[in-house]
Amino acid sequence: MQTAGGVSACLPIHSDLDLVWVRQHVRQAAAQLGFGLVAQTKLVTAASELARNTLVHGGGGQMECAPVSRGGGQGLRLSFSDEGPGIPDLDQALRDGYTSGEGLGMGLGGARRLVHEFHVDSRQGRGTTVTVTSWVSGPPRPREEQ
Amino acid sequence: MPEQVAAGHQETPAQEVGDFLRRRREQIAQRWADAALFRTVFTVSREEAVEAGRAVVEALAAVAAAERVEEQEADGFSVVREQLARMAASRSRAGSTNSQISVEVDALRMPVVDLLIAELEGRPAEDVRDCTTALTVLMGTLRLVVLETLLSAGQELINRQHLQLLEVATPVIKLWEGIVAVPLIGTLDSARSQVVMETLLDSIVEQHARFAILDITGVPTVDSLVAQHLMKTVAAARLMGAECIVSGIRPAIAQTIVHLGIDLGTVKTQASLADALGYALRKQGAHIVPQDPHHAGSR
Ligand SMILES: Nc1ncnc2c1ncn2[C@@H]1O[C@H](COP(=O)(O)OP(=O)(O)OP(=O)(O)O)[C@@H](O)[C@H]1O
Ligand SMILES: [Mg+2]
Repeated sequence: MQTAGGVSACLPIHSDLDLVWVRQHVRQAAAQLGFGLVAQTKLVTAASELARNTLVHGGGGQMECAPVSRGGGQGLRLSFSDEGPGIPDLDQALRDGYTSGEGLGMGLGGARRLVHEFHVDSRQGRGTTVTVTSWVSGPPRPREEQ
Repeated sequence: MPEQVAAGHQETPAQEVGDFLRRRREQIAQRWADAALFRTVFTVSREEAVEAGRAVVEALAAVAAAERVEEQEADGFSVVREQLARMAASRSRAGSTNSQISVEVDALRMPVVDLLIAELEGRPAEDVRDCTTALTVLMGTLRLVVLETLLSAGQELINRQHLQLLEVATPVIKLWEGIVAVPLIGTLDSARSQVVMETLLDSIVEQHARFAILDITGVPTVDSLVAQHLMKTVAAARLMGAECIVSGIRPAIAQTIVHLGIDLGTVKTQASLADALGYALRKQGAHIVPQDPHHAGSR
Protein backbone atom coordinates (compact mmCIF):
# COMPACT_ATOMS: atom_id res chain seq x y z
CA MET A 1 0.00 0.00 0.00
CA GLN A 2 2.66 2.48 0.85
CA THR A 3 4.22 2.20 -2.59
CA ALA A 4 0.94 2.63 -4.46
CA GLY A 5 0.52 6.09 -2.93
CA GLY A 6 3.70 7.26 -4.59
CA VAL A 7 2.77 5.76 -7.95
CA SER A 8 -0.83 6.92 -8.34
CA ALA A 9 -1.19 10.54 -9.20
CA CYS A 10 -3.00 13.04 -11.31
CA LEU A 11 -0.67 15.68 -12.70
CA PRO A 12 -1.72 18.84 -14.52
CA ILE A 13 -0.26 19.56 -17.95
CA HIS A 14 -0.42 23.27 -18.60
CA SER A 15 3.17 24.36 -19.15
CA ASP A 16 6.63 23.22 -20.17
CA LEU A 17 7.44 23.01 -16.49
CA ASP A 18 4.61 20.55 -15.97
CA LEU A 19 6.23 18.31 -18.59
CA VAL A 20 9.33 18.16 -16.41
CA TRP A 21 7.11 17.08 -13.53
CA VAL A 22 5.36 14.45 -15.62
CA ARG A 23 8.64 12.91 -16.74
CA GLN A 24 10.01 12.91 -13.23
CA HIS A 25 6.91 11.33 -11.79
CA VAL A 26 6.75 8.60 -14.43
CA ARG A 27 10.42 7.81 -13.98
CA GLN A 28 10.04 7.50 -10.20
CA ALA A 29 6.83 5.49 -10.46
CA ALA A 30 8.37 3.10 -13.00
CA ALA A 31 11.49 2.67 -10.90
CA GLN A 32 9.37 2.00 -7.84
CA LEU A 33 7.45 -0.73 -9.64
CA GLY A 34 10.71 -2.37 -10.67
CA PHE A 35 11.02 -1.37 -14.34
CA GLY A 36 14.57 -1.74 -15.65
CA LEU A 37 16.54 1.23 -16.91
CA VAL A 38 15.73 0.74 -20.59
CA ALA A 39 12.04 0.13 -19.87
CA GLN A 40 11.95 3.23 -17.66
CA THR A 41 13.55 5.33 -20.35
CA LYS A 42 11.09 4.09 -22.97
CA LEU A 43 8.07 4.80 -20.80
CA VAL A 44 9.32 8.24 -19.76
CA THR A 45 10.01 9.13 -23.39
CA ALA A 46 6.54 7.99 -24.44
CA ALA A 47 5.06 10.03 -21.58
CA SER A 48 7.05 13.05 -22.68
CA GLU A 49 5.69 12.78 -26.22
CA LEU A 50 2.10 12.27 -25.16
CA ALA A 51 2.18 14.98 -22.50
CA ARG A 52 3.59 17.42 -25.02
CA ASN A 53 0.82 16.55 -27.45
CA THR A 54 -1.70 17.16 -24.66
CA LEU A 55 -0.11 20.55 -24.09
CA VAL A 56 0.59 21.64 -27.66
CA HIS A 57 -2.27 20.11 -29.64
CA GLY A 58 -4.84 19.58 -26.89
CA GLY A 59 -4.37 22.97 -25.26
CA GLY A 60 -3.47 21.44 -21.90
CA GLY A 61 -4.97 18.73 -19.72
CA GLN A 62 -3.73 16.16 -17.29
CA MET A 63 -1.98 12.85 -16.82
CA GLU A 64 -3.27 10.14 -14.57
CA CYS A 65 -0.81 7.55 -13.44
CA ALA A 66 -1.78 4.27 -11.80
CA PRO A 67 -0.24 0.90 -11.11
CA VAL A 68 -2.07 -2.04 -12.69
CA SER A 69 -1.81 -5.79 -12.40
CA ARG A 70 -3.03 -8.56 -14.63
CA GLY A 71 -2.30 -12.26 -14.64
CA GLY A 72 0.25 -11.79 -11.87
CA GLY A 73 2.12 -9.14 -13.84
CA GLN A 74 2.69 -5.60 -12.62
CA GLY A 75 2.44 -2.59 -14.86
CA LEU A 76 2.00 1.13 -15.07
CA ARG A 77 -0.88 2.83 -16.82
CA LEU A 78 -0.68 6.43 -17.95
CA SER A 79 -3.63 8.33 -19.26
CA PHE A 80 -3.26 11.71 -20.96
CA SER A 81 -6.42 13.66 -21.48
CA ASP A 82 -7.36 17.03 -22.85
CA GLU A 83 -10.48 18.79 -24.00
CA GLY A 84 -8.95 20.09 -27.18
CA PRO A 85 -9.99 19.78 -30.81
CA GLY A 86 -9.57 16.00 -30.98
CA ILE A 87 -7.73 14.08 -33.70
CA PRO A 88 -9.76 14.06 -36.89
CA ASP A 89 -7.83 11.29 -38.64
CA LEU A 90 -6.10 8.91 -36.26
CA ASP A 91 -4.40 6.78 -38.91
CA GLN A 92 -2.89 9.88 -40.41
CA ALA A 93 -1.82 11.21 -36.99
CA LEU A 94 -0.11 7.91 -36.18
CA ARG A 95 1.83 7.91 -39.43
CA ASP A 96 5.50 8.67 -38.95
CA GLY A 97 6.34 12.10 -40.19
CA TYR A 98 2.81 13.46 -40.16
CA THR A 99 2.49 16.69 -38.24
CA SER A 100 -0.11 19.42 -38.31
CA GLY A 101 2.43 21.75 -36.73
CA GLU A 102 6.14 21.93 -37.11
CA GLY A 103 7.23 18.87 -35.17
CA LEU A 104 8.91 15.82 -36.61
CA GLY A 105 5.58 14.03 -36.50
CA MET A 106 7.16 11.12 -34.69
CA GLY A 107 5.54 11.61 -31.29
CA LEU A 108 2.33 9.62 -31.46
CA GLY A 109 3.60 6.72 -33.56
CA GLY A 110 6.86 6.67 -31.61
CA ALA A 111 5.05 6.57 -28.28
CA ARG A 112 3.01 3.62 -29.54
CA ARG A 113 6.20 1.70 -30.30
CA LEU A 114 7.63 2.48 -26.87
CA VAL A 115 4.82 0.93 -24.81
CA HIS A 116 3.06 -2.43 -24.62
CA GLU A 117 -0.51 -1.20 -24.91
CA PHE A 118 -1.73 1.93 -26.60
CA HIS A 119 -5.22 3.28 -26.92
CA VAL A 120 -6.55 6.54 -28.30
CA ASP A 121 -10.02 7.84 -27.58
CA SER A 122 -10.64 11.04 -29.46
CA ARG A 123 -13.77 12.90 -30.35
CA GLN A 124 -13.76 15.79 -32.68
CA GLY A 125 -14.28 19.02 -30.80
CA ARG A 126 -14.50 17.17 -27.48
CA GLY A 127 -10.97 16.16 -26.67
CA THR A 128 -8.47 13.34 -26.71
CA THR A 129 -7.44 10.70 -24.22
CA VAL A 130 -4.42 8.55 -24.92
CA THR A 131 -3.95 5.64 -22.52
CA VAL A 132 -0.79 3.57 -22.49
CA THR A 133 0.31 0.64 -20.36
CA SER A 134 3.66 -1.02 -19.97
CA TRP A 135 4.42 -4.13 -17.98
CA VAL A 136 7.43 -4.67 -15.77
CA SER A 137 8.19 -8.09 -17.26
CA GLY A 138 6.57 -7.70 -20.64
CA PRO A 139 2.86 -8.11 -21.40
CA PRO A 140 1.36 -10.83 -19.12
CA ARG A 141 -0.10 -12.87 -21.99
CA PRO A 142 0.26 -12.65 -25.72
CA ARG A 143 -1.84 -9.67 -26.61
CA GLU A 144 -5.51 -10.45 -26.68
CA GLU A 145 -8.54 -8.31 -27.12
CA GLN A 146 -10.58 -8.01 -23.96
CA MET B 1 -28.97 9.28 18.41
CA PRO B 2 -29.15 9.87 22.12
CA GLU B 3 -27.68 6.46 23.01
CA GLN B 4 -24.38 7.77 21.61
CA VAL B 5 -24.00 9.79 24.77
CA ALA B 6 -23.30 6.93 27.12
CA ALA B 7 -24.15 7.45 30.75
CA GLY B 8 -21.21 8.25 32.96
CA HIS B 9 -19.03 9.15 30.02
CA GLN B 10 -19.72 12.58 28.64
CA GLU B 11 -18.30 13.16 25.15
CA THR B 12 -16.69 16.50 24.46
CA PRO B 13 -18.23 18.57 21.64
CA ALA B 14 -15.21 17.83 19.45
CA GLN B 15 -15.59 14.09 19.94
CA GLU B 16 -19.27 14.34 19.23
CA VAL B 17 -18.46 16.18 15.98
CA GLY B 18 -16.01 13.38 15.19
CA ASP B 19 -18.76 10.78 15.61
CA PHE B 20 -21.13 12.84 13.55
CA LEU B 21 -18.64 13.19 10.70
CA ARG B 22 -17.98 9.48 10.65
CA ARG B 23 -21.68 8.63 10.64
CA ARG B 24 -22.54 11.14 7.95
CA ARG B 25 -19.42 10.66 5.86
CA GLU B 26 -21.26 9.48 2.78
CA GLN B 27 -23.86 12.21 2.87
CA ILE B 28 -21.26 14.95 3.36
CA ALA B 29 -19.07 13.61 0.57
CA GLN B 30 -22.08 13.58 -1.75
CA ARG B 31 -22.86 17.20 -0.92
CA TRP B 32 -19.27 18.27 -1.34
CA ALA B 33 -19.06 16.63 -4.72
CA ASP B 34 -21.40 19.38 -5.93
CA ALA B 35 -19.41 22.17 -4.29
CA ALA B 36 -17.20 24.28 -6.55
CA LEU B 37 -13.92 23.03 -5.14
CA PHE B 38 -14.58 19.34 -5.80
CA ARG B 39 -16.65 19.80 -8.94
CA THR B 40 -14.01 21.83 -10.73
CA VAL B 41 -11.07 19.65 -9.70
CA PHE B 42 -12.64 16.26 -10.46
CA THR B 43 -14.10 16.91 -13.83
CA VAL B 44 -13.78 13.39 -15.14
CA SER B 45 -16.18 11.59 -12.85
CA ARG B 46 -18.36 12.53 -9.94
CA GLU B 47 -17.46 9.31 -8.18
CA GLU B 48 -13.88 10.55 -7.96
CA ALA B 49 -15.05 13.74 -6.29
CA VAL B 50 -17.12 11.74 -3.81
CA GLU B 51 -14.18 9.45 -3.12
CA ALA B 52 -11.92 12.42 -2.45
CA GLY B 53 -14.61 13.96 -0.26
CA ARG B 54 -14.89 10.78 1.81
CA ALA B 55 -11.17 10.87 2.50
CA VAL B 56 -11.34 14.46 3.68
CA VAL B 57 -14.35 13.79 5.95
CA GLU B 58 -12.55 10.76 7.36
CA ALA B 59 -9.51 12.91 8.13
CA LEU B 60 -11.62 15.61 9.76
CA ALA B 61 -13.35 12.98 11.88
CA ALA B 62 -9.99 11.69 13.09
CA VAL B 63 -8.82 15.19 13.96
CA ALA B 64 -12.04 15.91 15.84
CA ALA B 65 -11.94 12.60 17.70
CA ALA B 66 -8.44 13.45 18.85
CA GLU B 67 -9.78 16.82 20.04
CA ARG B 68 -7.28 18.70 17.95
CA VAL B 69 -9.71 20.80 15.92
CA GLU B 70 -7.47 23.86 16.11
CA GLU B 71 -4.24 22.21 15.06
CA GLN B 72 -3.07 22.25 11.48
CA GLU B 73 -0.43 19.74 12.39
CA ALA B 74 -2.92 17.19 13.74
CA ASP B 75 -2.09 13.67 12.57
CA GLY B 76 -5.46 13.27 10.92
CA PHE B 77 -4.60 15.87 8.28
CA SER B 78 -1.42 14.17 7.17
CA VAL B 79 -3.43 11.49 5.33
CA VAL B 80 -5.15 14.01 3.09
CA ARG B 81 -2.56 16.79 2.96
CA GLU B 82 -1.17 15.63 -0.36
CA GLN B 83 -4.61 15.24 -1.85
CA LEU B 84 -5.62 18.70 -0.63
CA ALA B 85 -2.42 20.12 -2.03
CA ARG B 86 -3.14 18.60 -5.41
CA MET B 87 -6.68 19.93 -5.43
CA ALA B 88 -5.53 23.40 -4.42
CA ALA B 89 -2.74 23.34 -7.00
CA SER B 90 -5.18 22.35 -9.68
CA ARG B 91 -7.44 25.29 -8.82
CA SER B 92 -4.52 27.63 -8.74
CA ARG B 93 -3.32 26.48 -12.16
CA ALA B 94 -6.79 27.03 -13.49
CA GLY B 95 -6.29 30.66 -12.52
CA SER B 96 -7.86 30.93 -9.07
CA THR B 97 -6.13 33.18 -6.57
CA ASN B 98 -5.34 31.95 -3.09
CA SER B 99 -8.19 33.93 -1.60
CA GLN B 100 -10.66 32.53 -4.15
CA ILE B 101 -9.53 29.03 -3.22
CA SER B 102 -9.90 29.92 0.42
CA VAL B 103 -13.49 30.96 -0.24
CA GLU B 104 -14.13 27.67 -2.04
CA VAL B 105 -12.84 25.72 0.95
CA ASP B 106 -14.97 27.83 3.23
CA ALA B 107 -18.01 26.97 1.12
CA LEU B 108 -17.64 23.37 2.29
CA ARG B 109 -18.53 24.43 5.81
CA MET B 110 -22.22 25.31 5.49
CA PRO B 111 -23.49 21.99 4.14
CA VAL B 112 -21.85 20.18 7.05
CA VAL B 113 -23.02 22.65 9.66
CA ASP B 114 -26.57 22.38 8.33
CA LEU B 115 -26.44 18.61 8.64
CA LEU B 116 -25.08 18.83 12.16
CA ILE B 117 -27.76 21.25 13.30
CA ALA B 118 -30.46 19.05 11.81
CA GLU B 119 -29.04 16.10 13.64
CA LEU B 120 -28.85 17.92 16.98
CA GLU B 121 -32.51 18.87 16.86
CA GLY B 122 -34.09 18.62 20.28
CA ARG B 123 -30.80 18.88 22.14
CA PRO B 124 -30.15 21.78 24.57
CA ALA B 125 -29.15 25.01 22.84
CA GLU B 126 -25.84 24.96 24.64
CA ASP B 127 -24.86 21.58 23.15
CA VAL B 128 -25.85 22.75 19.70
CA ARG B 129 -23.72 25.85 20.10
CA ASP B 130 -20.69 23.97 21.41
CA CYS B 131 -20.81 21.38 18.65
CA THR B 132 -21.28 23.87 15.84
CA THR B 133 -18.44 25.93 17.24
CA ALA B 134 -16.16 22.90 17.29
CA LEU B 135 -17.12 22.05 13.73
CA THR B 136 -16.64 25.64 12.57
CA VAL B 137 -13.19 25.79 14.13
CA LEU B 138 -12.34 22.46 12.52
CA MET B 139 -13.40 23.69 9.08
CA GLY B 140 -11.36 26.85 9.63
CA THR B 141 -8.33 24.71 10.34
CA LEU B 142 -8.98 22.75 7.14
CA ARG B 143 -8.92 26.05 5.30
CA LEU B 144 -5.55 26.90 6.83
CA VAL B 145 -4.16 23.48 5.90
CA VAL B 146 -5.16 24.04 2.28
CA LEU B 147 -3.73 27.56 2.21
CA GLU B 148 -0.50 26.32 3.67
CA THR B 149 -0.11 23.78 0.87
CA LEU B 150 -0.65 26.61 -1.62
CA LEU B 151 2.02 28.75 -0.03
CA SER B 152 4.57 25.97 0.07
CA ALA B 153 3.68 25.08 -3.54
CA GLY B 154 4.37 28.71 -4.43
CA GLN B 155 7.77 28.44 -2.83
CA GLU B 156 8.41 25.21 -4.70
CA LEU B 157 7.50 26.90 -7.96
CA ILE B 158 10.01 29.64 -7.26
CA ASN B 159 12.65 27.02 -6.54
CA ARG B 160 11.81 25.25 -9.76
CA GLN B 161 12.04 28.42 -11.78
CA HIS B 162 15.31 29.18 -10.14
CA LEU B 163 16.58 25.76 -11.11
CA GLN B 164 15.49 26.30 -14.67
CA LEU B 165 17.34 29.59 -14.75
CA LEU B 166 20.46 27.89 -13.56
CA GLU B 167 20.02 25.34 -16.28
CA VAL B 168 20.01 28.01 -18.91
CA ALA B 169 23.52 29.04 -17.99
CA THR B 170 25.16 26.77 -20.50
CA PRO B 171 28.89 27.07 -20.68
CA VAL B 172 30.72 26.51 -23.91
CA ILE B 173 34.12 25.06 -23.15
CA LYS B 174 37.14 25.34 -25.37
CA LEU B 175 38.72 21.90 -25.26
CA TRP B 176 41.52 22.46 -27.75
CA GLU B 177 42.46 24.87 -30.44
CA GLY B 178 39.49 24.75 -32.80
CA ILE B 179 37.41 22.40 -30.65
CA VAL B 180 34.53 23.58 -28.42
CA ALA B 181 32.16 21.54 -26.31
CA VAL B 182 28.85 22.05 -24.50
CA PRO B 183 28.02 19.62 -21.72
CA LEU B 184 24.23 19.63 -21.59
CA ILE B 185 22.64 18.90 -18.25
CA GLY B 186 18.96 18.66 -17.46
CA THR B 187 15.91 19.42 -19.52
CA LEU B 188 16.37 20.54 -23.07
CA ASP B 189 13.15 22.39 -23.71
CA SER B 190 12.60 24.76 -26.60
CA ALA B 191 13.71 27.91 -24.80
CA ARG B 192 16.84 26.34 -23.45
CA SER B 193 17.89 24.65 -26.67
CA GLN B 194 17.58 28.00 -28.38
CA VAL B 195 20.06 29.40 -25.87
CA VAL B 196 22.36 26.42 -26.37
CA MET B 197 22.27 26.78 -30.11
CA GLU B 198 23.03 30.51 -29.99
CA THR B 199 25.87 30.30 -27.52
CA LEU B 200 27.39 27.42 -29.42
CA LEU B 201 27.21 29.22 -32.76
CA ASP B 202 28.70 32.36 -31.20
CA SER B 203 31.61 30.46 -29.77
CA ILE B 204 32.21 28.66 -33.04
CA VAL B 205 32.72 32.06 -34.62
CA GLU B 206 34.77 33.44 -31.73
CA GLN B 207 37.02 30.46 -31.36
CA HIS B 208 37.28 29.74 -35.07
CA ALA B 209 36.19 26.28 -34.07
CA ARG B 210 36.07 23.54 -36.67
CA PHE B 211 34.54 21.04 -34.24
CA ALA B 212 31.70 21.44 -31.79
CA ILE B 213 30.81 18.69 -29.35
CA LEU B 214 27.36 18.45 -27.80
CA ASP B 215 27.60 16.12 -24.84
CA ILE B 216 24.20 14.85 -23.68
CA THR B 217 25.35 12.58 -20.86
CA GLY B 218 23.38 14.77 -18.45
CA VAL B 219 20.16 14.89 -20.46
CA PRO B 220 17.71 12.43 -18.87
CA THR B 221 15.21 12.14 -21.71
CA VAL B 222 15.67 12.40 -25.45
CA ASP B 223 12.27 12.61 -27.09
CA SER B 224 11.37 13.79 -30.56
CA LEU B 225 11.57 17.46 -29.58
CA VAL B 226 15.03 17.12 -28.05
CA ALA B 227 16.18 15.10 -31.06
CA GLN B 228 14.83 17.80 -33.34
CA HIS B 229 16.74 20.46 -31.42
CA LEU B 230 19.93 18.44 -31.63
CA MET B 231 19.54 18.00 -35.35
CA LYS B 232 18.84 21.69 -35.87
CA THR B 233 21.90 22.64 -33.86
CA VAL B 234 24.04 20.21 -35.82
CA ALA B 235 22.73 21.61 -39.10
CA ALA B 236 23.33 25.20 -37.99
CA ALA B 237 26.88 24.43 -36.87
CA ARG B 238 27.50 22.82 -40.23
CA LEU B 239 26.40 26.00 -41.95
CA MET B 240 28.98 27.86 -39.88
CA GLY B 241 31.63 25.53 -41.21
CA ALA B 242 32.00 23.42 -38.10
CA GLU B 243 31.41 19.72 -37.71
CA CYS B 244 29.14 18.91 -34.80
CA ILE B 245 29.51 15.71 -32.81
CA VAL B 246 26.93 14.45 -30.33
CA SER B 247 28.45 12.42 -27.52
CA GLY B 248 27.20 10.73 -24.38
CA ILE B 249 24.18 8.92 -25.78
CA ARG B 250 23.62 6.29 -23.12
CA PRO B 251 22.57 2.76 -24.19
CA ALA B 252 19.03 3.06 -22.81
CA ILE B 253 18.58 6.32 -24.68
CA ALA B 254 20.04 4.90 -27.88
CA GLN B 255 17.52 2.04 -27.79
CA THR B 256 14.68 4.43 -27.07
CA ILE B 257 15.60 6.71 -29.96
CA VAL B 258 15.51 3.73 -32.30
CA HIS B 259 12.02 2.67 -31.11
CA LEU B 260 10.83 6.22 -31.33
CA GLY B 261 11.77 6.02 -34.98
CA ILE B 262 14.12 8.95 -35.07
CA ASP B 263 16.96 8.76 -37.53
CA LEU B 264 20.07 10.41 -36.18
CA GLY B 265 21.92 9.04 -39.19
CA THR B 266 22.99 12.47 -40.36
CA VAL B 267 24.49 13.26 -36.97
CA LYS B 268 28.01 12.21 -36.10
CA THR B 269 27.90 10.47 -32.73
CA GLN B 270 30.57 9.27 -30.34
CA ALA B 271 30.15 7.22 -27.18
CA SER B 272 31.80 9.65 -24.79
CA LEU B 273 33.10 13.19 -24.65
CA ALA B 274 36.63 11.74 -24.62
CA ASP B 275 35.92 9.74 -27.77
CA ALA B 276 34.49 12.83 -29.43
CA LEU B 277 37.60 14.84 -28.53
CA GLY B 278 39.83 12.04 -29.84
CA TYR B 279 37.87 11.97 -33.07
CA ALA B 280 38.12 15.74 -33.53
CA LEU B 281 41.84 15.78 -32.74
CA ARG B 282 42.55 13.02 -35.23
CA LYS B 283 40.56 14.81 -37.89
CA GLN B 284 42.59 17.94 -37.19
CA GLY B 285 45.67 15.90 -37.90
CA ALA B 286 46.87 15.56 -34.33
CA HIS B 287 48.44 12.25 -33.48
CA ILE B 288 47.36 10.65 -30.28
CA VAL B 289 49.97 8.10 -29.40
CA PRO B 290 48.98 5.67 -26.71
CA GLN B 291 51.66 5.31 -24.11
CA ASP B 292 53.85 2.28 -24.70
CA PRO B 293 52.31 -0.45 -22.57
CA HIS B 294 55.82 -1.50 -21.32
CA HIS B 295 56.66 1.95 -20.13
CA ALA B 296 53.20 2.46 -18.70
CA GLY B 297 53.57 -0.70 -16.67
CA SER B 298 56.99 0.20 -15.28
CA ARG B 299 55.94 3.62 -14.02
N1 LIG C 1 -3.88 15.47 -27.97
C1 LIG C 1 -4.03 15.82 -29.25
N2 LIG C 1 -5.05 16.61 -29.63
C2 LIG C 1 -5.22 16.95 -30.94
N3 LIG C 1 -4.39 16.56 -31.93
C3 LIG C 1 -3.36 15.76 -31.63
C4 LIG C 1 -3.11 15.34 -30.28
N4 LIG C 1 -2.03 14.54 -30.29
C5 LIG C 1 -1.61 14.48 -31.57
N5 LIG C 1 -2.41 15.20 -32.39
C6 LIG C 1 -2.29 15.35 -33.84
O1 LIG C 1 -1.48 14.31 -34.32
C7 LIG C 1 -0.37 14.82 -35.06
C8 LIG C 1 0.80 13.89 -34.90
O2 LIG C 1 1.28 13.90 -33.56
P1 LIG C 1 2.81 13.59 -33.28
O3 LIG C 1 3.04 13.67 -31.82
O4 LIG C 1 3.11 12.30 -33.95
O5 LIG C 1 3.56 14.75 -34.04
P2 LIG C 1 3.80 16.26 -33.62
O6 LIG C 1 3.37 16.47 -32.22
O7 LIG C 1 3.19 17.13 -34.64
O8 LIG C 1 5.39 16.38 -33.70
P3 LIG C 1 6.47 15.74 -32.71
O9 LIG C 1 7.26 14.76 -33.51
O10 LIG C 1 7.30 16.88 -32.25
O11 LIG C 1 5.73 15.07 -31.60
C9 LIG C 1 -0.15 16.20 -34.50
O12 LIG C 1 0.52 17.03 -35.40
C10 LIG C 1 -1.58 16.64 -34.23
O13 LIG C 1 -2.18 17.11 -35.39
MG1 LIG D 1 3.99 15.30 -30.63
